[in-house]
Amino acid sequence: MSHLAYLIPAWILLVGVYGIVTSRNLVHAVVCLSVAQSATYVLLLMIGYRRHATAPVFSDVKPTGNVVDPVVQALTLTDIVVGATVTALLLALTVQVAKRRGTVDPDRLRSLEP
Amino acid sequence: MSPRGRLIVFLFGGAGLAVLFVLATGHLPDFGGSWHPYGERTVSNALLRQTPNVVSSINFDQRAFDTLGEELILMASALAAVVVLRGVRAEQEEDAGAHAYGPAEVFDALRITGYLLLPVTLVAGVYIVAHGYLSPGGGFQGGIVLGSAIHLIYLAGDYPALARVRPVPMFESGEAVAAGVFVLLAVAVTGHVTAMNAAVGLEVGCAVVLVLARFFDQALLVRTSS
Repeated sequence: MSHLAYLIPAWILLVGVYGIVTSRNLVHAVVCLSVAQSATYVLLLMIGYRRHATAPVFSDVKPTGNVVDPVVQALTLTDIVVGATVTALLLALTVQVAKRRGTVDPDRLRSLEP
Repeated sequence: MSPRGRLIVFLFGGAGLAVLFVLATGHLPDFGGSWHPYGERTVSNALLRQTPNVVSSINFDQRAFDTLGEELILMASALAAVVVLRGVRAEQEEDAGAHAYGPAEVFDALRITGYLLLPVTLVAGVYIVAHGYLSPGGGFQGGIVLGSAIHLIYLAGDYPALARVRPVPMFESGEAVAAGVFVLLAVAVTGHVTAMNAAVGLEVGCAVVLVLARFFDQALLVRTSS
């Protein structure tokens, strides 16, 4: 029964991919990619979750072993930073596509050059 | 491919992915369980190295080499965004002082709030970077705060004011120097969590400022010459 929770990231991933597939606007597609990527944050944090545990930061509490997994939290941090910069790069590409082709609808971007 | 055909292909692919995912989760450890072998080892290692924030210890000490790779991805993406957004032939860039671009009618209350928040946000950013080894925070988070703090000037005032306090060449050098220092720290002298936090904070802050500067130029200054 406890494994049912793991279906949430799968749902987020599929919703994001569905958005990309049916997208009519490149900015919308980039946002959908961010949604799909956020499934990995949720999955990582879920794997590290531990019932009745505290955060893995011991600045003002006595160190105990009963903390959530810090490894996946570090991985999530990495994931978010890379995701943010890649989103910036994709939006920059979208700006150039809009300027050169006059449209951001993926269906109207068939050939490489007009 | 028609939108309908694309949707049908997606339904097959999505159903396949869902089935594989459900099969894979059957072998994952129980949700909320107490079996975390990597977590336990990293916690004891972080305590040995006197770093109370275990996440920082993992990022900048125990897995510093991986963070180096991530850092270079960040720099490469920021660099690529800046290169992609440069002006092309049929465009000309107008001088930043030519227009009073910005939120056109800013209330005085909002303007004062923005100017008051600027030093507070800068101090908060430095605090988050400097205390990354001790409390939640670190170079990545603090760098974002520092990079966005400068843009309060745009929100509370106008674009020329922002352009005056943001010399782009200085931020370009800052980005390069921070990346170089981080590579040295990660390869030569490992384990200096605070120094690495500072290098990452500088690098992320500069990258945010540079990328946003290019987006601002595109939106406000670049015009197609007729």
